[in-house]
Amino acid sequence: GRTRRSLLNQLKAIVGQGPLNQEAVEEIESLLLQADVGIEATETIISALQEKIRAEVLPPEQAIAYLKQLLRELLERPYENGYSPAFAPEKETLNIWLITGVNGAGKTTTIGKIGHIARKSDYNCLIAAADTFRAAAVEQVKVWGQRSGVDVIANPGKNTDPAAVVFDAIEAAKARNTELLLVDTAGRLQNKKNLMEELSKVRRVIDKKAPDAIVESLLVLDATLGQNGLRQAEVFAEAAQLSGVVLTKLDGTAKGGVALAIVQQLGLPIRFIGVGESIEDLRPFSSYEFIEALLSG
Amino acid sequence: MFDALAERLDSAWKKLRGQDKITDSNIQDALKEVRRALLEADVNLQVVKEFVAEVGEKAQGAEVLSGVRPGEQFVKIVHDELVSVMGESNVPLAKADSPPTIVLMAGLQGTGKTTATAKLALHLRKENRSAMMVATDVYRPAAIDQLKTLGQQIEVPVFELGSDADPVEIARQGVERAKAEGIDTVIIDTAGRLQIDQDMMAELARIKEVVKPHDTLLVVDAMTGQEAATLTQTFNEQIGISGAILTKLDGDSRGGAALSIRRISGAPIKFVGVGEKVEALQPFYPERMASRILGMGDVLTLVEKA
Ligand SMILES: Nc1nc2c(ncn2[C@@H]2O[C@H](COP(=O)(O)OP(=O)(O)OP(=O)(O)O)[C@@H](O)[C@H]2O)c(=O)[nH]1
Ligand SMILES: Nc1nc2c(ncn2[C@@H]2O[C@H](COP(=O)(O)OP(=O)(O)OP(=O)(O)O)[C@@H](O)[C@H]2O)c(=O)[nH]1
Ligand SMILES: [Mg+2]
Ligand SMILES: [Mg+2]
Repeated sequence: GRTRRSLLNQLKAIVGQGPLNQEAVEEIESLLLQADVGIEATETIISALQEKIRAEVLPPEQAIAYLKQLLRELLERPYENGYSPAFAPEKETLNIWLITGVNGAGKTTTIGKIGHIARKSDYNCLIAAADTFRAAAVEQVKVWGQRSGVDVIANPGKNTDPAAVVFDAIEAAKARNTELLLVDTAGRLQNKKNLMEELSKVRRVIDKKAPDAIVESLLVLDATLGQNGLRQAEVFAEAAQLSGVVLTKLDGTAKGGVALAIVQQLGLPIRFIGVGESIEDLRPFSSYEFIEALLSG
Repeated sequence: MFDALAERLDSAWKKLRGQDKITDSNIQDALKEVRRALLEADVNLQVVKEFVAEVGEKAQGAEVLSGVRPGEQFVKIVHDELVSVMGESNVPLAKADSPPTIVLMAGLQGTGKTTATAKLALHLRKENRSAMMVATDVYRPAAIDQLKTLGQQIEVPVFELGSDADPVEIARQGVERAKAEGIDTVIIDTAGRLQIDQDMMAELARIKEVVKPHDTLLVVDAMTGQEAATLTQTFNEQIGISGAILTKLDGDSRGGAALSIRRISGAPIKFVGVGEKVEALQPFYPERMASRILGMGDVLTLVEKA
């Protein structure tokens, strides 16, 4: 596999203390590409870096510091466009978090993790088991409900309409003064029109049935994802009016670089990261940590 | 229908106008376009570098066919090279001389192992080979329920010892049961694991040692990015895989992971998953995969007619 030498050492091996040259820039380009940042986003970052080194002499340390600042600005731009950096449900009111994404990304597990952390912060929570399709999906989310101490609203029937489950869950949430209703949905590939329409219908039910609720619509993305992630985000953003992203499985070797392109192109903030399969393995997103990991190669 | 890549190759190909041979100098731009197309398709960067170098050599000296635009001709060269790398023909599931054939499923979390286990079992039943599925995923909530539900759906027995038993023991007893009942093929579903999770990889190695499978299939999600290469390498080095299954090809990802898996492990992609339903399993077609990776439709037929 790749040698674990840090980016700084790799650059120093090329230019020593001297300014960055073309070969050193290509080293950075390779690192970004191998972190799934994608060609377009990598080209924008590299051209910004090259512009900088045309204006100023940049030995490796400063070049990396500049690169980190660039990436940080990019990742934190949503906070300048109306998204608050802090992300938590509002107390004493109904927050509904709709958890969406493609198959196997980590939606149900993330709901268990969020439920757990919300209970620890004394939120009154509820889960809607709106994945009525996949084998044992309801059993799975029920286990997470037990683990996090959160009740689960499910329809006993098989293949029932997810929107109906959500409708019932909102009713139950109102009756119980629930503060955070977490909606689990079935995995779906964004090129499946009928399934994306089903998701839009779920969102419409939420908007109609709970007009005063604070709704967050989160896309769960697997960090090992390649460039299809951008397409996923675009289509889900439209169908479910996305307001944020959760990046899962960052405990693996993948860096989740496609998230950079998603933040850049769709202006969506990354809200949480998943770093394992157990209930504690959820972290608020930190652009600092994400960039350090991304550049660690 | 002319494709983006062929079009871009054409524009990068201006130098070839009037040239009769493809030479090293006049294909550099074209090779850059191929590099870009493969990277966009999520092929691993190292794999791209090697492949583009090989294609560059292969294309040397090729006659520029009159009547065929050079861009298209070059795409054909690239396409054929991709097909040969990914294996000309489809490789079937293993079949032991004396039953049961033992198939071990492995891969990262959420790639589609449990679903593929059921799909394979149904595929076997359609070939009049009796099957049994073994539920060794004691970790993920309702993983055993999931396999049992699928088993009922396709009327294939599921062997399980609940979620407190040791996966290695479940696998061993499952194979014993299959032998005792004269089952033709036993498919062992395993928990998703990271290739860098030493304990879980050691567990998988122990399962493999105990049951001695005829096929160890790495299940990889078609939308996986650069890491498809690294994870394939580690699974192959530490466990040893005999084939792969690429899942979720019913999405619109380019599926460059297929090339990375093949180049890194040499193992054939035996099946592809093309839907959530248990019927949605197909043999792997290298030709189609090559076209998909290059993001092209039927440019090929155009060239054949020339
Ligand atoms: N290593 C790791 N595994 C994770 C993480 N989050 C989820 N998983 C695993 O990923 C797999 C899929 O998780 P699920 O929560 O079932 O994913 P999902 O999106 O609900 O899947 P579908 O409902 O089938 O679309 C499971 O094996 C989880 O344990 C994470 O942050 N790290
Ligand atoms: N669209 C589509 N979905 C698939 C395909 N294969 C599996 N899935 C879905 O992907 C998700 C994960 O499938 P599983 O079979 O649970 O994956 P797994 O590898 O067993 O997951 P873990 O056991 O948690 O590691 C489920 O929602 C499946 O329905 C496929 O070929 N196409
Ligand atoms: Mg789920
Ligand atoms: Mg499974």
